[in-house]
Amino acid sequence: MGVFYHFGKYLILLRNSIRRPERTKMYVKRLFREMNEVGVKSLGIVALIAVFLGMVTTLQTAYQLIVAWIPVTVIGEIVTETSILELSPTITCLVLAGRVGSAMASELGTMRVKEQIDALEVMGVNPASYLVFPKILATVIVIPMLVVIAMALMISSGAFIGNNSGIVPINDFLQGAQSIFKEKVFIFSLQKAYTYAFVISSISCYQGYYTQGGATGVGKASTRAVVWSCVIILFADYILAQLLL
Amino acid sequence: MIELKNLQKSFGDLSILKGVDAVFETGKVNMIIGASGSGKTVTIKCMVGLIEPSAGDVLYDGRSVLELGLRDKKKLRQEIGMLFQSAALFDSMTVEENVAFPLRMFTKQPESEVLDRVNFCLKRVGLENRNKLMPSEISGGMQKRVGIARAISMDIKYLFCDEPNSGLDPKTALKIDHLIEEITDEFNITTVVNTHDMNSVFEVGDKVVFLYNGKKLWEGTPDDILNTEVEELKDLIFASRFIRRAYGV
Ligand SMILES: Nc1ncnc2c1ncn2[C@@H]1O[C@H](COP(=O)(O)OP(=O)(O)O)[C@@H](O)[C@H]1O
Ligand SMILES: [Mg+2]
Repeated sequence: MGVFYHFGKYLILLRNSIRRPERTKMYVKRLFREMNEVGVKSLGIVALIAVFLGMVTTLQTAYQLIVAWIPVTVIGEIVTETSILELSPTITCLVLAGRVGSAMASELGTMRVKEQIDALEVMGVNPASYLVFPKILATVIVIPMLVVIAMALMISSGAFIGNNSGIVPINDFLQGAQSIFKEKVFIFSLQKAYTYAFVISSISCYQGYYTQGGATGVGKASTRAVVWSCVIILFADYILAQLLL
Repeated sequence: MIELKNLQKSFGDLSILKGVDAVFETGKVNMIIGASGSGKTVTIKCMVGLIEPSAGDVLYDGRSVLELGLRDKKKLRQEIGMLFQSAALFDSMTVEENVAFPLRMFTKQPESEVLDRVNFCLKRVGLENRNKLMPSEISGGMQKRVGIARAISMDIKYLFCDEPNSGLDPKTALKIDHLIEEITDEFNITTVVNTHDMNSVFEVGDKVVFLYNGKKLWEGTPDDILNTEVEELKDLIFASRFIRRAYGV
């Protein structure tokens, strides 16, 4: 019962958010602000995670494969494949759910409890399309870019650490990486990224937009935004793997 | 002039407004008074369309909100200004951007005209040269004044204020009250003010509507209030020992 109620309300919010805007210029301004907020400000954390994941994956793969008859290029293959297929879209987006989702939910939640959303409505602005739509669009544009950056960083940091620790020479690593790279897998990974970006932004906007109960309500909304985004991302990960692989 | 016709609102089984009829006159500061929780905010929110009434109608100079089409409703919205209890300035925008917001959103005025209008409104509320400050950098009283400036930045006909001086010291509260009164006279608009502050009622009120338990129990001028026989209204007015002492009640 509760689930259907929320799902219905969520769909209504999404529908309201694609109404025609009053003044396109104001919305475009808002879109760029959000892209900066979501993308540029997340670059640091995404890079940090990607570099460490790439190094750790390389070291652990090497540890598991220490058998003489397996060529070292296999390490390059495995690191590249897991980075593109799973680590860069899913782990990056799980982290972004925390970073971006909580920020969105608390921004909208604060606007709700401080009557700023009411103020927009009284003026005759449609708050859903003015506030929610640019956030979702910005996230869907920017997160796949972050995911591609994460891929590149993961693979290069893997190659670097493999070479530096004497496990696999950089040329062998890259040869493995090139032999395994398939366009299909890359596109599948981007499909994941688009899906997760939509999940994070729409769920977090929903939680924030309907915040109730003052400052505590804002905290709760932002927690719920992160938890639900993560749960749905993992669920979607499974469904997409079933459907598309 | 704004008329309420049998305005009703329930939340689930809880009936908050049980049929309120009232008239708020043009060029006057109309006050809705009542204890906390008596439904003042719900009344105003029904009037401006933030809450859908369960029954009844609101007429803006004869235009029934029930019968307005989408386009006319939009037009009406632009004739309405509202000052919220918490001022409700947009946190992420400067004072200037807040006041300019409705103009940039709804008018096609060139930027220079927008800024002229913003400066005029800010000057009108006594806040010059604060354009670039953020809402968090100014006091509560100033935030309310910016809220008023934003409300009047469009050519409004109706001004709603929800507890305009809550959380302000008596002197600042008085300034806000007088500002609201002056603006009402100057632009000849219909102003509706929610308050439980008797001080503002006597200071700037032209007409008073007393809400009790979801109904209008009394209406009249501030001068009539002191002679009222309505017990519930007396309770509200003479709640403070200071007033009781002053009037020897
Ligand atoms: N959205 C809502 N849902 C349920 N009850 C509400 C809602 N808004 C207001 N109420 C109730 O309506 C009553 C009147 O509230 P309000 O108009 O805010 O009073 P006040 O006169 O202090 O402004 C209160 O008891 C409040 O709990
Ligand atoms: Mg109130």
